[in-house]
Amino acid sequence: MKNTPFTHKHIALGAKMAPFAGYNMPISYTGINDEHATVRNNAGVFDVSHMGEFIVKGPQALELIQRVTTNDASKLTNGKAQYSSFTNNEGGIVDDLIVYCLEENKSYMIVVNASNIEKDWAWMGSHNIHNAETHNISEKTCLLAIQGPNACKIIQQLTDVDILNLKYYTFVRGVFAGVSNVIVSATGYTGSGGVEIYFEDADGNADKIWDAIFEVGTPLGVKPIGLAARDTLRLEMGYCLYGNDIDDTTTPLEAGLGWITKLNKPVAFTAQAILEKQKAAGIQRKLIGFEMVARGIPRHDYLIKDAAGNNIGKVTSGTQAPSLNKAIGLGYVTIENAALDSEIFIDIRNNPVKAKVVKFPFS
Amino acid sequence: MSFPTDVKYTKDHEWIKLVDGNTALIGITDFAQGELGDIVYVDIATVGKSLNAEEIFGTVEAVKTVSDLFLPVSATILEVNSELENEPELVNSDPYGNGWMVKVAVNNPADLDTLLSAEGYQKLVG
Repeated sequence: MKNTPFTHKHIALGAKMAPFAGYNMPISYTGINDEHATVRNNAGVFDVSHMGEFIVKGPQALELIQRVTTNDASKLTNGKAQYSSFTNNEGGIVDDLIVYCLEENKSYMIVVNASNIEKDWAWMGSHNIHNAETHNISEKTCLLAIQGPNACKIIQQLTDVDILNLKYYTFVRGVFAGVSNVIVSATGYTGSGGVEIYFEDADGNADKIWDAIFEVGTPLGVKPIGLAARDTLRLEMGYCLYGNDIDDTTTPLEAGLGWITKLNKPVAFTAQAILEKQKAAGIQRKLIGFEMVARGIPRHDYLIKDAAGNNIGKVTSGTQAPSLNKAIGLGYVTIENAALDSEIFIDIRNNPVKAKVVKFPFS
Repeated sequence: MSFPTDVKYTKDHEWIKLVDGNTALIGITDFAQGELGDIVYVDIATVGKSLNAEEIFGTVEAVKTVSDLFLPVSATILEVNSELENEPELVNSDPYGNGWMVKVAVNNPADLDTLLSAEGYQKLVG
């Protein structure tokens, strides 16, 4: 099992640790509900250094990215980031990811899920027919997410780059806590605002930045946050988790990711023709959000039924939502049952428990 | 972590305490609540049923996990702790007290002698 450059910090803090995507990761420190509330109301710090980063460079860089991703990367200018996905030959999602434009037409960073690094690297490589220069920098790249309504204000004092006015899905590079060439990106997976910072694991950078953040943050209530709260935070927003809500067998159109699936790009992406066909014919199933009407908590892989007891789909994610005081979930259902307010039933330990389809974010 | 000596323990991390004759209270241990984290739902639909030792009498749900609850000894489920309906977090804050889960009538109080003592359980989880 691999460690991140912060694993020793998590262990010293007494975090509950568990293997995730081959890394020894913190699941929680003080408790999921406390950590969740910290991010919603103040600011919290996540070590997500297990995630993967690829650099794509050179005159063929954009062409490669356009051919393997569903969104239109030609729209990106320096300092802009874009949520996107890789699709396989059948239109299923290889991974969801973020493309960062480091230098327009010349240099990009692609950030992928930890569990998919090898698969993504191989997939991108197999489509690199014009020999764009590619580097897998996952192992030496640190990633911390500092998230919450007070996150930017608190860490602004550690850098001269303007974090407070950074627009959503843009980024800057600069000196942060004395470490140079740090990417500060106004992105995240919580829906509570804040930034994600990328920097190289060298010269004690990891300790330097972690310690600096908590030196200014701890007196202001900033806490480290584990992967468990990361999951409840993203689920309340309706954000997809790869491996749960999206995978190699679900298409972006089914997953509600039509907005990152541009079917009119100058360079066609893998499976574009298949997705065009699916769009024209109409999808047969759809990822929906639902809340429980009767008492019960939905969980991954529970069956979804209609009032007559017919199977209409499966839960892909579910939890008691800490901020909302209700049980919520995501799942695929047949298109006939996907409309807002549709009455559905979650099969919980062989009991059909009533739920209804609701919109995102959950409220 | 606390290991009161007036209850008996199971390897499945439940405790049972005789309170009056063959009437007993059952809950989960301090160790178990710590491992589960924030408890959000205790689902018990077996009131009135007579179950054998180690049969499932309900489930306890934390934010991220669902765990079955196993009956320590053969018994009839008499009552669910209704406080847990609105305050499941009592299982975290007071696992051996207000966080009890069910009241049961045990078939044979002597069955409790087969369960773990505080010392034995502490060794198991230690």
